[in-house]
Amino acid sequence: MYDMKALYQAKSVKDAVALRLAHPEAQIIAGGSDVLVQMREGKRAGAEFISIQTLDEIRGVFLDADGTLRIGALTSFSHITRDPLIQKYINVLGEAVDQVGGPQIRNIGTIGGNTCNGVTSADSASTLHAWEAIVELTGPNGVRRQPIQDFYIKAGKVDLREGEIQTAILIPKESYRNFFGHYIKYAMRNAMDIATLGTSVNVRLSADKKTVERARVAFGVAGPVPLRAETAEKLAAGQPVSLELAERFAQAVKEDINPRDSWRAAKDFRLHIAVESAKRAFIESVKLAGGDL
Amino acid sequence: MEKHNIQYQTVRFNLNGKDVERTVDVRASLTDMLRNDFRMTSVKKGCEVGECGACNVLIDGEAFNSCIYLAVWAEGKKVRTLEGLLGPNGELSDIQQAFVDEAAIQCGFCSPGFILTAVEILESGKEYTDAELRKLLSGHLCRCTGYENILRAVKKTMYKRLGKELPQ
Amino acid sequence: MSKSVGKSVIRVDAYEKATGRAKYMDDLCDRSALIAKICHSTIAHGFVKSVDTSAAEAVPGVVKVLTCFDAPDIEFPTAGHPWSTDPHHQDVADRKLLNQHVRYYGDEVAVVIAEDEVAASQAVRAIRVEYEELPFVLDVQEAMKDGAPQLHEERYPGNILAHSDVRRGDYETARQEPGLIKVEGWYDTPTVQHCHIENHGCFAYEEAGRVVVVSSTQIPHIVRRVVGQALGLPWGRVRIIKPYIGGGFGNKQDALYEPLCAWCSTKVGGRLVKLECSREETFVSNRVRHAIRTHIISYVRPDGTLVARKLEAFSNQGAYASHGHGIVAKGMNAFPQLYPCPNVECDSWTVYTNRPSAGAMRGYGIPQAMFAGESHIDDICKAIHMFPLEFRRKNLMPMGYVDGFSKNELYSDTFNQCMDKALELLDYRRKFEEYQNQTGPVRRGVGLAVFWYNTAVWPISLESSSCRMVLNQDGSLQFQTGETEIGQGCDTAYSQMVADAVGIPLGDVHVVSTQDTDITPFGTGAYASRQTYIGGFSIMQTALALRERILNVAHEQTRMPVSNLDLVDGQIVRKSDGRVLKSLGDLATESLYSLESSRHITAETTAQIKSNAYSFGCSFAEVEVDIPMCKATLLRLVNVHDCGTLINPALAEAQVHGGMSMAIGYGLSEELKFDERTGKPLNNNLLDYKLSTFMDHPTLEAAFVENPEPTSPYGTKALGEPPACSGAPAIRNAVLNATGVAIDSCPITPHVLYRKFKEAGLIND
Repeated sequence: MYDMKALYQAKSVKDAVALRLAHPEAQIIAGGSDVLVQMREGKRAGAEFISIQTLDEIRGVFLDADGTLRIGALTSFSHITRDPLIQKYINVLGEAVDQVGGPQIRNIGTIGGNTCNGVTSADSASTLHAWEAIVELTGPNGVRRQPIQDFYIKAGKVDLREGEIQTAILIPKESYRNFFGHYIKYAMRNAMDIATLGTSVNVRLSADKKTVERARVAFGVAGPVPLRAETAEKLAAGQPVSLELAERFAQAVKEDINPRDSWRAAKDFRLHIAVESAKRAFIESVKLAGGDL
Repeated sequence: MEKHNIQYQTVRFNLNGKDVERTVDVRASLTDMLRNDFRMTSVKKGCEVGECGACNVLIDGEAFNSCIYLAVWAEGKKVRTLEGLLGPNGELSDIQQAFVDEAAIQCGFCSPGFILTAVEILESGKEYTDAELRKLLSGHLCRCTGYENILRAVKKTMYKRLGKELPQ
Repeated sequence: MSKSVGKSVIRVDAYEKATGRAKYMDDLCDRSALIAKICHSTIAHGFVKSVDTSAAEAVPGVVKVLTCFDAPDIEFPTAGHPWSTDPHHQDVADRKLLNQHVRYYGDEVAVVIAEDEVAASQAVRAIRVEYEELPFVLDVQEAMKDGAPQLHEERYPGNILAHSDVRRGDYETARQEPGLIKVEGWYDTPTVQHCHIENHGCFAYEEAGRVVVVSSTQIPHIVRRVVGQALGLPWGRVRIIKPYIGGGFGNKQDALYEPLCAWCSTKVGGRLVKLECSREETFVSNRVRHAIRTHIISYVRPDGTLVARKLEAFSNQGAYASHGHGIVAKGMNAFPQLYPCPNVECDSWTVYTNRPSAGAMRGYGIPQAMFAGESHIDDICKAIHMFPLEFRRKNLMPMGYVDGFSKNELYSDTFNQCMDKALELLDYRRKFEEYQNQTGPVRRGVGLAVFWYNTAVWPISLESSSCRMVLNQDGSLQFQTGETEIGQGCDTAYSQMVADAVGIPLGDVHVVSTQDTDITPFGTGAYASRQTYIGGFSIMQTALALRERILNVAHEQTRMPVSNLDLVDGQIVRKSDGRVLKSLGDLATESLYSLESSRHITAETTAQIKSNAYSFGCSFAEVEVDIPMCKATLLRLVNVHDCGTLINPALAEAQVHGGMSMAIGYGLSEELKFDERTGKPLNNNLLDYKLSTFMDHPTLEAAFVENPEPTSPYGTKALGEPPACSGAPAIRNAVLNATGVAIDSCPITPHVLYRKFKEAGLIND
């Protein structure tokens, strides 16, 4: 039995917005794999909750008319991984969320919940940052879109405003077309774990596969919120593909990341792993893009 | 202390092939409802935060930890528990029999959850490698078996259902 | 005669467990139960000055709040040891139901009894405790220093619960021999937890002036005594019932919350009260494995001869004595036996600290001792450039060795046989050579470790077992023992033993799995690795007594002399011509309903066992180490055991798998961590505590050597704990072979490898 004061169950997105306005203190529950656990720990005990779990209208992956990939906020991790559109355009996202917890967690956990709880270790977050995803929020004044980097305010806090719920994650066409990426989850176990460090790299190569046109890299747990390593990205842009570039790219990530010391892992250890992971993920991305190393 | 009014809600769903309804406290987890209202002893409580898999059930064919699933969310769903696998005369299903035959059961506390995830795996009709099976089964913790005989039981049943020889 | 022992028969409880019908504690508890929840200390050390329960009592649904100021002023012991009538050998009584002097973060301060779990949890959060905080100490050697915070100052000054030693020959003189090579190491093992999937829980109620507790325990008869002691009740006023339990591994070889739950029931008029531990409580406020720091010095001749050895072991007891010194003492006593050496000095200390209480856990001090001892052996081999297998063949306990204290004898060439068998499975020698002096970021290694084990607790403690057999009308029988089924499969192994010893088919043997102290003959429960060994004595003895009664009745019914009668496969057989005279069922029916001499045929005996048995084996591991990623991946693990005659080979193999899994976690990932500034546990949940998952294991390879144990009626000896003992040092030695880096602690996590590889210059940031 959960210690909740009240449960409001939204019947539609519109209803959810109305409930949010009527109960501004209430916490949203999507899949429940984070919020219910916190409630069990006593952290949100006695609070009010708005369940959006049953809103099938914001579940599923679609391609909008302009080619934007639309991932409904309540799409579960396992459905993202199995989705043909994801596999075709942003396979790395499917691979990343296939490393969340275990199978049951991937069936209940949603990409919306994963991004709205604002934690840096979320397995979807670094890839979404690295692919410049757009967060779609629906509120009393309609739909608002925001780059994911701006959505994260600080650890555990996202820019979810009065009356709003997240309804989708969008990947614009220019952001995924011809990009290939790789995610490395560094954890202490091979399942049922949270990332000690998450590294997501993607590259777009020139037509002859000899030059890196663009490289993007983002990390989870390398700072209070997921973050991009822009120095490394700039360094790689326009450079010929080589192992030496992978090495320089990896070393450059240190310019932008700022992992902390905690009982889970020391700062210097995380920095070391970030460099090694960036190198390996870069090499793998180049190979996926058809580059020769 | 603030007096709070308990909310109740009637949940209608299909449990092991039978349409049922119960009026439950909205604060109840699906584990609570299955154990307390339906006395389904196969649904075990090992952590109640989705980390051990002992409370696993199938909802519309997918495995869920019922401890972190609100009972009211079961509305309209098809829920299956281990009790639903048994034949009318108490016959074990093939996967249960494989767990028995392969000595995959020791204390028995993780077994129901594992068996239901195995059902989801087997019902996909696909052939998986050992590594894939390990990943598909990785949402359950077991301290007795080292997982070895559980893997053997699932693998054996998978090949049997596929009509193939178990590779040595 | 069809024999049951030695066959891989299906577990007797498999159907019940495969269907979810097997009833565990919570399945048996009526839904009307009141719920008890504990208010735990949020400081590591101090005194409770006051407890304000007013807000808690105002929570709707709260029935009662009891605090440390309400609890009886009785200190009681909790260890699941047989009681000793000699006060000097009794377990240390050092805790109360609720404690005013709190000694670890998580100590019991108060308890709420409420109508439901939500009200109970809300009330626990509403309790206001005022503390007088004291300095605390988490490290075992810090706790021994002058001026360290004192936990049990009056009785155990300096925090030393116990010290013991072993002396052989003259260490100081022997080490002066010229030309010796000195090898010295410090080895640390972590605090880990049992992580049985069913948390401990129990429920209690009063009936006819007695208190009844149904508990997830390994030791119902011991818990009965402890509940009596803790509540100040005559022991006969306490009844304990043990249903199926979801694992124990030693944690439930302690009286955990049965005394508190029983007391709660008595405080609410004997109403039904349930107390279930959450997973978070299980990690902290039950029991853990002792973290032990070991210092070993060996003086060795260049040819690998051990000349003089010294061992110092510091065992971190945590806040309360529980099983206390027995754990480190067991490991220390193994040290001079495993590698006999003429000159040995060993000292061990068990020391109170402000950590969770350490108790029994699978292996009882030997996983710690083997991590230190077997790591050290490979350190010696590295120092003297000797092949680790040859060193072990030269120095390990030889066949015919007899221990002076226990009188244990090694009756066979177990170590060489086990290692030979392992070598058939894993080409250790070739790989060891091949893997030395590798370069490159990813390297492989192989490692070997052996283990010493002792089956039961004699002569340290009492060993006895009682068994009752009751014959039914159809010739089948029920039997009961005080030894408990906790998942390991003893109900099945016992059924096989009973079938053979009585002379009936296995299908006619019905085990009464539940222990109820009102009904079950006295036995101390499931612990050590004694079940098949100890239970075998009382089963054989009781079976012989039952056979004698059956054959006497057969004589009366058939007029054939007893000496010419036998009971084979449930048939009364005339030996001289092999003719079946009647079935046991006909005999039993006639006996029970006879108008001349009606008799119900039963037998019940107690066996006291004054022997013990060595049970040895080894682990071979192969690892792949990704140096830049600071990760060691286990590729193979092979365990070989000589546990005597296998009663049920399939269940034996399954036991070994489970122990190997525990050893993998011990070696690579598991550790309960504490905040150095507050003493607060940091990772007391199954997400942050890294128990191995399905994806963290290679295929587990288990093999056996069967040398029947002459002291056992069934030729059997320990298997429950041994599989957990040698895996971790084998992994550690494999990492050494792969990288040349000697890791002096477990678990060998990426954090540890990062530091060690940096020190060794293998990674440069």
